[in-house]
Formats: sequence, C-alpha cells, structure tokens
Amino acid sequence: MLEWMSLLAWGDSGWSDEMVRGAGWTLLVAVISFALGIVIGAGGAAVKLSRVPFVPLLGDLYTTLVRGIPDLITIYIIFFGGGQAAMAVAKLFGYDGYIEFDALTTGVLALGFISGAYSTEVIRGAVLAVPKGQIEAAKACGMSRWTRFHRILVPQVARYALPGLGNVWQLTLKDTSLISVVGLTEIMRQAFVASGSTKQPMVFFVTAAVLYLALTSLSNKVFNRVEIVANRGVRRA
Amino acid sequence: MVTLFDEPANTWELIANGLPWTLTLAASSLALGFFLAVGLALLRLSPVPPLRWFAYGYVYLFRSTPLLVQIFLIYYGLGQFEAVQKSFLWPFLREAHWCAILALTLNTTAYTSEIIRGGLQSVPWGQVEAAKACGMGLGLRFRRVIFPQAIRQALPGYGNEIVLMIKSTSLASTITILDMTLIARKETSATFSIEPLFIAAAFYLAINFLATRLVMWVEFRLSPELREAKTGKTLPDQGVVGAR
Repeated sequence: MLEWMSLLAWGDSGWSDEMVRGAGWTLLVAVISFALGIVIGAGGAAVKLSRVPFVPLLGDLYTTLVRGIPDLITIYIIFFGGGQAAMAVAKLFGYDGYIEFDALTTGVLALGFISGAYSTEVIRGAVLAVPKGQIEAAKACGMSRWTRFHRILVPQVARYALPGLGNVWQLTLKDTSLISVVGLTEIMRQAFVASGSTKQPMVFFVTAAVLYLALTSLSNKVFNRVEIVANRGVRRA
Repeated sequence: MVTLFDEPANTWELIANGLPWTLTLAASSLALGFFLAVGLALLRLSPVPPLRWFAYGYVYLFRSTPLLVQIFLIYYGLGQFEAVQKSFLWPFLREAHWCAILALTLNTTAYTSEIIRGGLQSVPWGQVEAAKACGMGLGLRFRRVIFPQAIRQALPGYGNEIVLMIKSTSLASTITILDMTLIARKETSATFSIEPLFIAAAFYLAINFLATRLVMWVEFRLSPELREAKTGKTLPDQGVVGAR
C-alpha cells in the first residue's frame, strides 16, 4: 500500500500530477468534440427532417455508418486518412505542402463526427416533439421564419434534447479513452506510460478508472442541475 | 483460431481472416453476459438490500468507466500480482483472448442487466398476482409469466446492445487480438493506404446489419398477437382491455 502511495505522489517522484493533467486533456477533448457534435447534430437533424427528396437519405447514411462501424475504425480512418484528404483539398486551392493532423485534431474530428451522429438522432427527436400547432400558431401571429425558429423552436428543442444530450456526453467522455491509440496523452495514455515505466499497471489503471468515474459522476450532476434549471418553467403533474 | 484464407489473394480475404475472432468474441461475451445479466437484474430487484446494493454498484462501476480501462485492468493489471500468476486462473488470464472475453462479458453484463430489469419491471403486477392465485410457485411464475413477457419487452433494447458489443470487440485489438481491426490497422501502417480500414468497416456494417435483421426476425416470431393486428385482421372488440 505504501508503495502505491509513493507511486501516486504529487510532483517529480510520483505520477499523480501527470494523471490529473491527463484528465485535463480528456476533459478538453470531450468538451470540444461534444460541442462539435452538437453543431453537426443540428445540421444532421435539419438534413434528416428536410422535405427535399433524397436529402434525408444523406442523413440516414451518416447515422447508419457511424452506428454500424466501430469507433476505433473511425478514429483510425481519420488518423491515417485525414491528412491525405486535407492535402487533396488543399491542392485544389493551390497548396502543395504536407499536412498531418496532430493527435488533438484527430481526436476532436473523430469524436465530433461520432457524437454528431448520436446528437443528430437526439435533436431530430426533440424537433419532432414540438407540437405542430405551435408552429402554425406562430405563423398565424405573423412571425417570420427566423422568429419562429429562434423564439418557438430552439428554446423547446433545447429543453427536450437535454436528457438525450446528457447520454451523448457520457458516451463521448468514455470514447475519449480510444484517442489514446493515436498518442494523445489523456488519462489512458498517461496510465499506459506510467505502468510501462514502473511495471505497476494495476495502480495506474485503477487510478484511471477512478478519474473516469469522477468525471462521469460529476458531469452527470451538472446535467441534472441544468435540466432542473431548464425545466423550471414547466408545470409537472 | 481458424484461418479462412491461408494465402489471402486480396485485401478482402486478408481482413476476412480476422472475422472468426470478431465473431467469437462477440458471440461468447454476449451469450455469457446474457445469463449473468439475468442474474444481476434479479439481484437488483431483490428484496435483500445488500444484494441490491451489489447489483447497483456493479452496474454503476462498469457503466461509468470506459471499456478500454476494463480491458487493460484485466489484461495488464491482474498479471502483475504473483498470487494471480500462481493461481489456477493463470493459464486463462495469461492469454489475451480470455482476458478480452472476460472484460467484454463483464461489461455487457452491466448494460444488459439494466435492459432486462426494464423488461422485468414492465410486467404488470396484476399478472403476478393472478399467477399466485392460480397456485403457481415462484419458479413457475418466473418461467411462464414474467420472463417471456420481460424478454419481449427487452428485445429492442437488447438488439442495440448486440450491435454495440460487435463494435466493442474492436477494442480487443489493443491487447494483440488479431481481429479485423488489428489486421486492417497493420495493413494500413504497412501500405499507407486506408483501403483496409474501409474494408474492415464494410465487414462490421454487414455483420451489424445481419444482427439487426436477426433481432427483428426474433421480435416478429415472439409477438404473434401484434402481427395479426398489422395484417389488417380485426381482433374482437375487447372493450377497455387495451387502454394504456
């Protein structure tokens, strides 16, 4: 036990500070990807709910692909292929240099792409939950498209989507562990490095598990709180 | 593990060599996990508080940490202790594939038990009372009244879990299991082409498509009464029986 304590000391002799820094990276990647996912999800929901023929199929294709392909494969495709794709696009604009995504960019793009698919479904459901009569009433009041959108649709969609987005957040947070395979020193990578140099894997993977547990539990509390605040104007039976 | 193509002629055949591992990992962990999950769901609903707490804690721990941590804990973590190395379990825990199956099983048990618990709780209490009134014992009640209905209710959710587990097997590639993911990654590293990854993705999509079809078929087979309503044949009017 004492040995474990010294392994986890703060500072140069122990690994606690490195592990906590790893947790910081995990949180950073999760927050950016989750935000990116919501932006993609809003677009995806718009595509899926579009009345233009064949356009919704594009949205279906996106969500089906993400939900049917392992996240690890998606991450590898973006890690190995992202740079090539970016170079091809850059060439069209006359840039001939070499482009390579770093671990953070790869992670955020991959996780944003993945969580975007789940957010698409959540937001689509939330839009459908807004009663049609409200939109008709807003039209009857003479509200323009934009006013209808930001006064009637968005506030309610945000409220309906909250519980689902909470689940997407938990998913994204846990998915960040996969980014360790491309070398970002988040919790998992840090635990791997530490156990490699000390030959004490148990301590560090337990520490990693505890850190994830803390992050998921705390963020769950935050989401519950936000839900209460968002629903303060709603009367419940 | 069997090799499908000893001398793969193209990338498709090369990736297909990882298929047996993917299927074995998914099938064995899902099968084992299902039985454990039924037990865990029953513990969760048990009248004995410590059993309930255990089930709650188990589900909470496994659902709040990433599967990758669980895999690494079992594969790297357990092996560090001499007690484990000297125990009868070592021949198993030494092998990456047993560790992968163990981690995947424990993980799916947590998620599946919640799905089954939802199913069990959806059975109306009146039916349990009626079964008691008919003189059915606990075992008979569970087998004939509660479980069949709970499974039907839980099936759509369980279908999602099957797909998630098939996807999750790809994490076994991080502890040297030569499944489709690892073969594709190695081939991509060697050839600088991402084609192998796309082929692996296509394989996973196909398996998941078949799995969802299979679940839909089972769902269809298990709910004849809904089928009749769908084909347009009208059921005799039963008053308010169907009121929800």
